[in-house]
Amino acid sequence: MATETFTGHRGLDMDEPLIFEQGAAGMSGVDLPGAGEFEDRLGDAGRESETGLPGLSEPQVVRHYLRLSRNNYAIDAGMYPLGSCTMKHNPRLNEKLARLAGLADLHPLQPLSTVQGALALIDQCADWLKTLTGMDAIAMSPAAGAHGELCGLMTIRAALEAGGDGRAIVLVPESAHGTNPASAHMCGYKVETIPTNGRGRVDFGAFNERLGPDVAAIMITNPNTCGLFEDEIIEIADAAHAAGAYVYCDGANFNAIVGRVRPGDLGIDAMHLNLHKTFSAPHGGGGPGSGPVVLSGALAPFAPVPYVVSADDGYALVESAEASDASPYGRMKGFHGQFGVFVRTLSYMMSMGADGLAQAASDAVLSANYILAGLSDDLTLSYEGPCMHEVLFDDRFLAETEVTTLDFAKAMIDEGVHPMTMYFPLVVHGALLMEPTETESLASLDQYIGMVKSLARRAKQGEVAAFKEAPRLAPRRRLDETTAARNPVLRWLPGDKAAAE
Amino acid sequence: MRYLPLSEDDRRHMLAAIGADGIDALFKDVPASALLEDQIDLPPHAGEMQVEAAIEALAAKNTGAASAPFFIGAGAYHHHIPAAVDHLVQRSEFLTSYTPYQPEVSQGTLQALFEFQTQVAMITAMDVANASLYDGATACAEAAMMACRVTRRSKVILSGGLHPHYRDVTLTNARFLGLEMVTSEPDVDGTEELAGRIDGGTACVIVQNPNFFGNVKDLGALADACHDAGALLVVVVSEILSLGALRPPGEMGADIVAAEGQSLGNAMNFGGPHVGLFAVNERFIRQMPGRLAGQAEDVDGRRGWVLTLSTREQHIRREKATSNICTNSGLCALAFSIHLSLLGNAGFRGLARLNHGRAVTLADTLAEVPGAEIVNQSFFNEFTLRLAKPAAGVVDALGNDGILAGVPVSRLYPRRDDLDDLLLVAATECVSDDDIGRLAKALEGAL
Amino acid sequence: MAEIKYTEEHEWIIVEGDVAQIGITVYAQEQLGDVVFVELPAVGAEFTKDDQASVVESVKAAAEVYAPFDGEVVEVNDALEGDPGLVNTEPEGDGWFFKLKVADPSQLEDLLSAEAYKEFVAGLG
Repeated sequence: MATETFTGHRGLDMDEPLIFEQGAAGMSGVDLPGAGEFEDRLGDAGRESETGLPGLSEPQVVRHYLRLSRNNYAIDAGMYPLGSCTMKHNPRLNEKLARLAGLADLHPLQPLSTVQGALALIDQCADWLKTLTGMDAIAMSPAAGAHGELCGLMTIRAALEAGGDGRAIVLVPESAHGTNPASAHMCGYKVETIPTNGRGRVDFGAFNERLGPDVAAIMITNPNTCGLFEDEIIEIADAAHAAGAYVYCDGANFNAIVGRVRPGDLGIDAMHLNLHKTFSAPHGGGGPGSGPVVLSGALAPFAPVPYVVSADDGYALVESAEASDASPYGRMKGFHGQFGVFVRTLSYMMSMGADGLAQAASDAVLSANYILAGLSDDLTLSYEGPCMHEVLFDDRFLAETEVTTLDFAKAMIDEGVHPMTMYFPLVVHGALLMEPTETESLASLDQYIGMVKSLARRAKQGEVAAFKEAPRLAPRRRLDETTAARNPVLRWLPGDKAAAE
Repeated sequence: MRYLPLSEDDRRHMLAAIGADGIDALFKDVPASALLEDQIDLPPHAGEMQVEAAIEALAAKNTGAASAPFFIGAGAYHHHIPAAVDHLVQRSEFLTSYTPYQPEVSQGTLQALFEFQTQVAMITAMDVANASLYDGATACAEAAMMACRVTRRSKVILSGGLHPHYRDVTLTNARFLGLEMVTSEPDVDGTEELAGRIDGGTACVIVQNPNFFGNVKDLGALADACHDAGALLVVVVSEILSLGALRPPGEMGADIVAAEGQSLGNAMNFGGPHVGLFAVNERFIRQMPGRLAGQAEDVDGRRGWVLTLSTREQHIRREKATSNICTNSGLCALAFSIHLSLLGNAGFRGLARLNHGRAVTLADTLAEVPGAEIVNQSFFNEFTLRLAKPAAGVVDALGNDGILAGVPVSRLYPRRDDLDDLLLVAATECVSDDDIGRLAKALEGAL
Repeated sequence: MAEIKYTEEHEWIIVEGDVAQIGITVYAQEQLGDVVFVELPAVGAEFTKDDQASVVESVKAAAEVYAPFDGEVVEVNDALEGDPGLVNTEPEGDGWFFKLKVADPSQLEDLLSAEAYKEFVAGLG
């Protein structure tokens, strides 16, 4: 479909070239004072070449990024039911507070006397998170969920090795996020997979059978990636502990139970919290996140640096293993963690309070079950409910059609709704994993249910072409990912021409 | 509870539609012993005014960088951020979107990432860059692990000029992987020789430029020594603005560049979030960690963008992935990219020259202070002073006088008494002549 | 032409003299979808049975190819570098991966016949 307009725009749908295809050398959108005359001190390392960056004025740059932004879907624009990703509302108060000059413009290595408020904020955020999880300690520095997994496993490994125990295996359920086995591998562990039972949960028998003196830990996600609570979690934890193994919990789905269940009461030894999921920090098109790890008392001494401590004259920071009284295994990240995300998290927790957080978990679970009830007749539910914060369907309802889960997702784009998570978890065929979160109104949920039902009926009635051609109403239609991967073009180069329009 | 749209009536209606007699019926799979009956012992919900007051009170106990003469660097820098940057990153479509897994409705993020990758490649003079990692320190660790994968060797030589946090994060990542990490003495004056330590088992040499102590140098000879031995050269840059004034790593023969991008577009944020930059030679594309945006065509033949080469990543390769990274620093990368777009080549080079000029003025001024001596032969916007007294006490004293004088090296080398007299000072475009005068005067008083 | 043999890892093997040509089966490439990249071993590399010899990547999946028996790599299919789609279009022909010099001919006895492999695939549902 060639564009019919001279400009390439279609009304408000504006086509925007790459920034390198605009501007002129020598231009700039920033006016700087002159540097004056001086003799440089760059030794033999001064730059002789130009960078090739294009020059644009401020209005050109603002227009460029504004036009780009309009090609994105966003939670502010509509429901974003990506299962396991927790796309909930991102309060603007959090953004405002994170930008206060007394927080954003702090250098991590200022004298401690000049950052007492920041240290207090970290301490307060840590206290809330420990209380909500019922755990003894917390490592605040990991930068994201997967980074937290690695931190938790390293803490476990350090604790085991301190006791002379060289266990080499980590057990990971087959429904786990891909980060779990990847993190275990980065911690030097060999990964073995535990199957899922017919109820969508860890096969306790298989797990118990595999346990032994070579198993360092099990990584369990609870609620799990099928949207179900692992109802044998206490038995699993007891068995693991009896065998000398630790229980690591992937806390990506903590939003389903926050304020209602404390992981510490379930026998969990370590768990990361995705502050950008449960605690409402924005996803920003892929990050930044923050993944603090709560720890049991037994693991606490091995937590990484840095950490905040209370001293006689205020707060202090332990920044190196040498300065620590405990046995930190190392350091995960430069400086002190994702402080800007801590500000947003504390702002959110204070706004919600203990009552609001519990209500959010209840509403998230209620909304997911409402979708389960609304769609069960038209889609095929993978496991019997009730579900927790997300509901898993598979593609059996499409069996007699030529429509795939992918086609179904693309048709949702034409309906103006971001698709659910597809093809994950891997334990069911053609997975459709839907997570509404607690921040959708009843009208929004009803419209979503109506839309999915209508698509399911159209698929079953044989309207295949509409699905295969979807999306037709998005900024771009389906993209050729095969050619993109066979001949990767990962940057613009001078002389590149725009593909024929 | 302003963030929750469901009313009590809605909840009753929904429970009825589900056929549940109460919300606890939906939590029936939770062991009864673990389902809390009482509210957790934390304060109840609060309005915007209350929350704002509480957090503003915490902020008021800190000294922000703009409120004092400010000379702290060491891996995070106080630069001016153009107003347009923060305005644009707060566009809902950037701020509140997820990782671009559905490319048809994520073209904005994907094109911005493709442009970010290109900009990083341009300023480092490398072939390709990824869509960001967490920060400079974790990028450095990923570079070490990648070099070991690529070369199938297990020895990594770390320069003594590497930021101690980058060193520690790299050592931590290597700890359980059986990799041999060879560290070096602090390279205070930038004269260390690493070439002689490279052998046939060396996967890579990791060297920072400007180094932690501010020294800059050409790394061409070190690159040649690495390549002669079949090892890679990893160049770390913790002040990315320096590349506006310094020969870029790609022109010196770097195979991998691991850098911190905070200086462009991102506030210091007390240490995070920042943005890790990662660029490589083209032949290593498929061994890179992290996400990549690539060019593609849609079925109508229109140019567009997708996440590509994802088979390297954890969601497909699981334990065989190149890294466990999933969430990255997307929005910080966007801020970096917008700032660099505003600067352009002329602005980027001009801002770098301005920083260097400020640092030269600072160095010339402080060199006159009795009891202070400049250690560096060369530097960009940061250098090391040797003081007649332990630096930590001097910094604290000046802090009490409202001057944030720099970083005592002892803060990052706590067990090295021989480095106690070293003070790291930085000057960016935010530093005025008056600031420099006040620091010189206060320093003279303190020494 | 020599007889074609198979493994349960979905590889095919044609032995001529003491050299075996190895690739992945029609079934395997169908499961993977469009192949975008093949990481081939180095000529001269020596494998023992079940060592990872190669990786084949599609857009959405990646799979390891294992050495079906002990041997040294004597040749690799350079054509796959420029045209990995050969694995889809001619999986059991021009889309071959590498050639191994057979170290222990007795290991060849464990390979499946065409008929046995067909039955094995049918059993996978």
